[in-house]
Amino acid sequence: MSQERSQLNRLDGGLINRDEPLNFSFNGQMYQGYTGDTLASALLANGQRFIGRSFKYHRPRGIFSAGSEEPNALVELGKGAHQEPNTRATVTELFDGLTATSQNHRGPLKFDVMAANDFLSPFLSAGFYYKTFMWPKAFWEKLYEPIIRKSAGLGSLSGQDDPDLYDKGFLHCDLLVIGAGPAGLWSALKAGRSGARVVIADEDFLPGGRLNAESHTINDTRGAEWAVQIAAELRSLPNVRLMTRATVYGAYDHGVYGALERKTDHLPSADGKPRQVLWRIYTKRALLTAGSTERSIAFGNNDRPGVMLAGAVRTYVNRYAVAPGKSVAVFTNNHDGWRTAHDLSAQGVNVSAVIDTRSIAAPMNLPGAAIVMGGEVSNTSGRSGLTGITLSSGQTIKADCLAVSGGWNPNVHLTCHQRGRPTWNNEISAFVPGENLPKGMSVAGAANGALSLSEVFASADTTVNQLLNELQLSADSAPTPTTSDDLVNIQPFWHVKNTKDRCWVDLQNDVTTKDIDQSRREGFHAVEHLKRYTTMGMATDQGKTSNVLGLAIMAEFAEQSIPQTGTTIFRPPFTPVAISAMAGRSRGKDFRPTRHTPSHQWAEEQGAVFVEVGAWLRAQWFPQPGETHWRESVDREVTATRESVGVCDVTTLGKIDIQGADAGEFLDRVYANTFGTLAVGKVRYGLMLREDGIVMDDGTTARMGEHHYVMTTTTANAVGVFRHLEFCRQCLWPDLDVHLISATEQWAQYAVAGPNSRKLLENIVDPEFDISNDAFPFMACANITVCGGIAARLFRISFSGEMAYEIAVPTRYGDSMIRALMQAGEPYNVVPYGTEALGVMRVEKGHAAGNELVGTTTALNLGLGRMVSKKKDCIGNVLSEREGLNTDDAIRLVGFKPVNTADSLVAGSHFVSGGRDATTENDEGWMSSVVYSPSMGHSIGIGFLTKGHERLGETLSAVNPLRNERIEVEVVSAHFVDPDGERLRG
Amino acid sequence: MIIEHPLLGPRDAAEFVYLGDASLIHRPSKDDTNAAVAFLEYQYLRDNPAGLHRELWYHEQGDRSWLVVTRNTVTHEITDVQLAKDVARSEGRSR
Repeated sequence: MSQERSQLNRLDGGLINRDEPLNFSFNGQMYQGYTGDTLASALLANGQRFIGRSFKYHRPRGIFSAGSEEPNALVELGKGAHQEPNTRATVTELFDGLTATSQNHRGPLKFDVMAANDFLSPFLSAGFYYKTFMWPKAFWEKLYEPIIRKSAGLGSLSGQDDPDLYDKGFLHCDLLVIGAGPAGLWSALKAGRSGARVVIADEDFLPGGRLNAESHTINDTRGAEWAVQIAAELRSLPNVRLMTRATVYGAYDHGVYGALERKTDHLPSADGKPRQVLWRIYTKRALLTAGSTERSIAFGNNDRPGVMLAGAVRTYVNRYAVAPGKSVAVFTNNHDGWRTAHDLSAQGVNVSAVIDTRSIAAPMNLPGAAIVMGGEVSNTSGRSGLTGITLSSGQTIKADCLAVSGGWNPNVHLTCHQRGRPTWNNEISAFVPGENLPKGMSVAGAANGALSLSEVFASADTTVNQLLNELQLSADSAPTPTTSDDLVNIQPFWHVKNTKDRCWVDLQNDVTTKDIDQSRREGFHAVEHLKRYTTMGMATDQGKTSNVLGLAIMAEFAEQSIPQTGTTIFRPPFTPVAISAMAGRSRGKDFRPTRHTPSHQWAEEQGAVFVEVGAWLRAQWFPQPGETHWRESVDREVTATRESVGVCDVTTLGKIDIQGADAGEFLDRVYANTFGTLAVGKVRYGLMLREDGIVMDDGTTARMGEHHYVMTTTTANAVGVFRHLEFCRQCLWPDLDVHLISATEQWAQYAVAGPNSRKLLENIVDPEFDISNDAFPFMACANITVCGGIAARLFRISFSGEMAYEIAVPTRYGDSMIRALMQAGEPYNVVPYGTEALGVMRVEKGHAAGNELVGTTTALNLGLGRMVSKKKDCIGNVLSEREGLNTDDAIRLVGFKPVNTADSLVAGSHFVSGGRDATTENDEGWMSSVVYSPSMGHSIGIGFLTKGHERLGETLSAVNPLRNERIEVEVVSAHFVDPDGERLRG
Repeated sequence: MIIEHPLLGPRDAAEFVYLGDASLIHRPSKDDTNAAVAFLEYQYLRDNPAGLHRELWYHEQGDRSWLVVTRNTVTHEITDVQLAKDVARSEGRSR
């Protein structure tokens, strides 16, 4: 790092604090600025004009504007994981220790090797990638595209996780004021004094808008000072929230606005606080007072560092006390450009010339400056920064800064975010908000086309009075401020013709007037085509300084009016919003909540391995000391359960409590099989169809009382099934006497499975409840008590195929219950088992689960066709009878075992028979679930096979094209273990 | 968007789950003549208007009411919100 340089271009005055010097670095060079500076103003103060290289042609670029519209001065901020590309230097608040580097060059900024692209420009004009690099075809992906991608572009990403914290917030107000310039401050003040709940937001760190950049007086005080006074009163009002560094970036439906507030970007360290907050603001009314943005004029080589917007030059001179040049020329088509010449002179900066395209009398005397009325700047000179300009007349003038004013465009962006289209206003030669504004939005001040300060106040006052009236509040009667007025006088002038040099329109995407003309010649004259063909306005600045200019130039080329040519609209966001801000705290593990089962803590104590099932974490298996492979644990759990007893947490299955006199009737309509006949104290398996006849879900439903049922759903479908049932209840049969509530989280439920399950439970269930096989047979259910009086539910159901129960206790007893079950099971060497063992046992029994209920399978496919009642009217049974779902060659769920039992089956394999090729034509179905069965001693699978039920004993191939494997399998019954169901009834 | 819930007042659309056309209330009966065709139309055929559209929204992050929301698909303006249960009854659905 070399030595600090002094701030050679610093002037007197300004809104900076000279008592607070700040050190920062740009491209490794140390500089100094002050509190109140932006990175751009501090760089200019230090004479640094050359900031980066352009997107396509790698041309030297400098600072063009003084606000969020900046197309050129994009830098990379920060280091390491904090590195942020494409940051606009013009809105980057300076802080001590800021580090910035320039972008888009290889080698040093001054000697970028990619600058050769500039000489290749004839090949890189509009639409070049549609036309060139077409041959040979294979070269595109391998050669051309990587080269183009590498040379074109902006900053680079750190490639690391974003280390910062982001947050989200919600605000409600009567009136949102967007922009804290003169119109916004005045409106917010009147609304605040009337008692309205007001939010006023501005992207700048200093309220005041253009008042901070101009030399206006308001009520005989300087505009910037007036802004300080109003901001102070706003901050004192409890019903007003004045937000700085907060960009309202989008207008959404029904008065909802999005805003991004930068909380710590201007500080050396975030210090653990959120870097940015994404606000959602709910409003009754919104007032857009976003001001206006200056546009340029297109002339030869108008992109050199030193060519700036005239209003921005005033901002640097008045607000930041920086002279952007030692000898400044002005090029304008309107009176406003002359203000720049005036303010520069007033600050003692040399104005070398004013070139005005209008052939009128000079509006102002400027001793020492060359005044050229009816003149045009046709070209500029200077390799890495402006040194002089050439007029169409051939006259050359020395200048190291050229202030260009082509007129001001109202900031209509947010008025377009729904369906609004701006309309052309001839008087100011600019687009103003159209009629179709977002509901609840009004526009005032410069954003509405009021370009002089007295008009701004008049417009704001009228509009806010109207809004307060609508909100039924009475407006304070304070008189509107009196101001020095300025005349708006503009004669449109868009581009210098008859020049051989390239005239830039969109500086960020390197679009020139030649590209626009080429676009027109090739038929892309509609404005939306122009945009896409030339990429004009499609960079990160969204064409804030270029869209209207490009449109007007197209109109001239096409020899039609601007309204005939079209209009340009904007989409959110107004300025870029980081994805991290959109995500807020919903990142990584916090992307969604994690649901823990009641036995989670106990399972952790056992060293369980967990698996995510939806939002749940479930124990997958419980490794024991000495077990080195998951299969060892799972095989042990299965074997121990089948030989004695195992316990599994099944809380995650959906539980829906169904009550009412018509509860049975309701179940009859939502399940495909019959439920009206289910006796109290009994459980039945239920198959639920979608209305289109495809299986939606399955589970068991227990009748706990005359008018009380408890339904279970699969874990994955718990939410969807409940939603569906509420739809049926409220929308289809509103007068059925039935009510539903989800009870999934209210009950902790454990499966107790295996030949010793009853013996275990006899030590848990209170003795007055007889759970012998006679009193409590397979598919029984009851309300019972356990462990000395705790209410519980007991169901004799089995997913494992063993004699099994599910016992449910209120969730608060869930942890105690698992411990009690394990203790009661000690004499039987009880094991806890996880979802893997559960899965092995269900495949061994041929039960369908998520792999089989995939949203394309019917009851017929699952071998449950006869369960679908043809008598009653239930969801899905009419369409389940469609011909196409009932063909003779429909797939059926069957079992598979490898002919060579040493082979491991692979789920997802497809079946072909007769040694045929593995092609789509020969495909006869697929293997849906595969496990290693410790009970059988080999790999087994279930799957869907054409006419599978008629093909038991047949041998065919299970093909895995991914690994080019082919395994011979035998078609068998899906019931591998205890096919007659003797165990579960035991 | 903000949905004016008949019972709970203005609620953010993020609290709701969208289903679709409110014609889904009019489920045919298995006993209808030509029930297969009626169900096919019920299940698969929808109008797709540019303008007012009556649609079903479910207040999943709220009171679990199904609502019939009349929304302009062009402007997103919501002109009417009713409990689906009331709409279903008024349009002849009962048990």
